[in-house]
Amino acid sequence: MDAILFLLFAAIAVACGINLVVQTHPISSALSLIGVMASLAVLYLLLGAEFMAAAQMIVYAGAIMVLFVFTIMLLNAGAEHKKGRSVIARLLGVPALIGFLGLVSFLIQSLLPRSEEVRFGAFTGGTAQAIGKKLFTGYLLPFEVTSVLILVAILGAVVLARKEI
Amino acid sequence: MPTTVPLNWYLILSAILFGLGIAGFIFRRNIITVFMSIELMLNAVNLSFISFSYQLRQVDGHIFSFFVMVVAAAEAAVGLAIILTVFKNRATLAIDDVSSMKN
Repeated sequence: MDAILFLLFAAIAVACGINLVVQTHPISSALSLIGVMASLAVLYLLLGAEFMAAAQMIVYAGAIMVLFVFTIMLLNAGAEHKKGRSVIARLLGVPALIGFLGLVSFLIQSLLPRSEEVRFGAFTGGTAQAIGKKLFTGYLLPFEVTSVLILVAILGAVVLARKEI
Repeated sequence: MPTTVPLNWYLILSAILFGLGIAGFIFRRNIITVFMSIELMLNAVNLSFISFSYQLRQVDGHIFSFFVMVVAAAEAAVGLAIILTVFKNRATLAIDDVSSMKN
């Protein structure tokens, strides 16, 4: 069952990722990105990260992607125009990407030859309770710095989106 | 057919998604799609963090992934505001046309 779920949602994630890169219209890319994020949430659940799966759906697929889709709607973004690309990029782009991915996969396989099997339920430390405990004890300072970062981001967005600039 | 998959496969999936993000970042000409490719790369890194967290049986990887998520949210807010400002001033979304720092 774990293998079926992994293979199914990994295939969906890769297909949506390829679709994101291939599509010319930004709204199709945004919907593909939502597909990638939702299937990654299922993989997080398989890895025992239940809180992160929920946060992935709420923060990424919910909040951030709504922001993207809203911007696409606001700017009325159409399909991008094909511009002339260099011949080398057109010929070597996809083979170079496939070669790079093959090399990375080979390196991962050879550096970690006997990695353990992932079993659903083998690691149950990803609950909201465990994460909250760690976040408010061991990682308290980074957490507080994060709030300053969010404040700066809000102020920056407000300043940038004013009329006068 | 085996019922479980090794942890390597999760890392390879993460690498594939990261590579696709790099490809989108380089190939696409629409500034919003370039931005979404960056989000795809951040997601791939999150999957890596959570896989290693599973292997080490520690929750720290989840915390890092949580921080990445927070930074991505802040980045999306500021980046989309910048895109709005660029569009207001130049009425274009193509990154080839926004090259005033080039010469």
